[in-house]
Amino acid sequence: MKNIKFLILGILFGIILVKSQVISWFRIQEMFRLQAFHMYGIIGSAIIVGMISIFIIKKLQLKTIHHESIVIPKKKFHWGNVYGGLIFGLGWAITGACPGPLFAQIGSGFMVISITLLSAIAGTWFYGLIQKKLPH
Amino acid sequence: MDIIKQPWPWYIAGPLIGLIVPALLLLGNKAFGISSSLRHICAACIPANISFFKYDWKKESWNLFFVAGIMAGGFIATYFLSAPGPVNLNPNTIIALKQLGVKDFSGLLPHDIFSFSQLLTIRGFIFIVIGGFLVGFGTRYAGGCTSGHAIMGISSLQWPSLVATCCFMIGGFVTTWFILPYLLQF
Repeated sequence: MKNIKFLILGILFGIILVKSQVISWFRIQEMFRLQAFHMYGIIGSAIIVGMISIFIIKKLQLKTIHHESIVIPKKKFHWGNVYGGLIFGLGWAITGACPGPLFAQIGSGFMVISITLLSAIAGTWFYGLIQKKLPH
Repeated sequence: MDIIKQPWPWYIAGPLIGLIVPALLLLGNKAFGISSSLRHICAACIPANISFFKYDWKKESWNLFFVAGIMAGGFIATYFLSAPGPVNLNPNTIIALKQLGVKDFSGLLPHDIFSFSQLLTIRGFIFIVIGGFLVGFGTRYAGGCTSGHAIMGISSLQWPSLVATCCFMIGGFVTTWFILPYLLQF
């Protein structure tokens, strides 16, 4: 039952993704064509609010609801950030969706996107398979 | 209710998404990120003795509840909170896409590309199947996606996430401007 709160948070996130049309292939095209501010505004303001929130959490040394200290995992640079990032960018422009919107698109009734999601799972699996052979 | 049914502007949606970052931290020390869920699904269903998938995915099951929620949220928003209709796009985007052969602008996705009837055409296969594969492979190779790197990573001032986000954008720009015109011709 402890996971219900994450389900609810996911529902809220899914609603926001649909209502702001982030899940629209057209909106992603508009973004990469630099023809609208919409997506930049969403990602940019999300980052700013996230940044301020983390600053406050650190400043006030807030704890979780279970009274644990809040730890943010460190991301270590590896070349996968670059190579993988470019490959994801390629996929993002084609599908018009990053992983979150894929789930929301299926919920919105675009059943064919369940194939895209399965294919994304296959892509992740393939990465696991050849991970050691890839430059990082 | 009318305001809810209209599409939400960026300055409402963006800050709300940003608030998910502290919500997840305060509710249980969870770092915002979606693409990890794909790894957990692999670890749970098809680990195949690959070391990358040998870990206790059940400890990360919150992430699977989160993405199940996203799917349910998509359903609720579409069937109860939306007025159907085309996306209010920049007319220049519509002109450019029409020139590239996109015909359907009636919904959130072009039906003439993303539908089961297109799946076995070369164009449909590229956009539905290959595209998805690249998203799954690329995000895991990069160690995160738009949520994990761009929002969570940059919010917590981690420079590798900034590098990854720049690469997402470069990949997207190059694809949109130089590759997509060819892919849409199939």
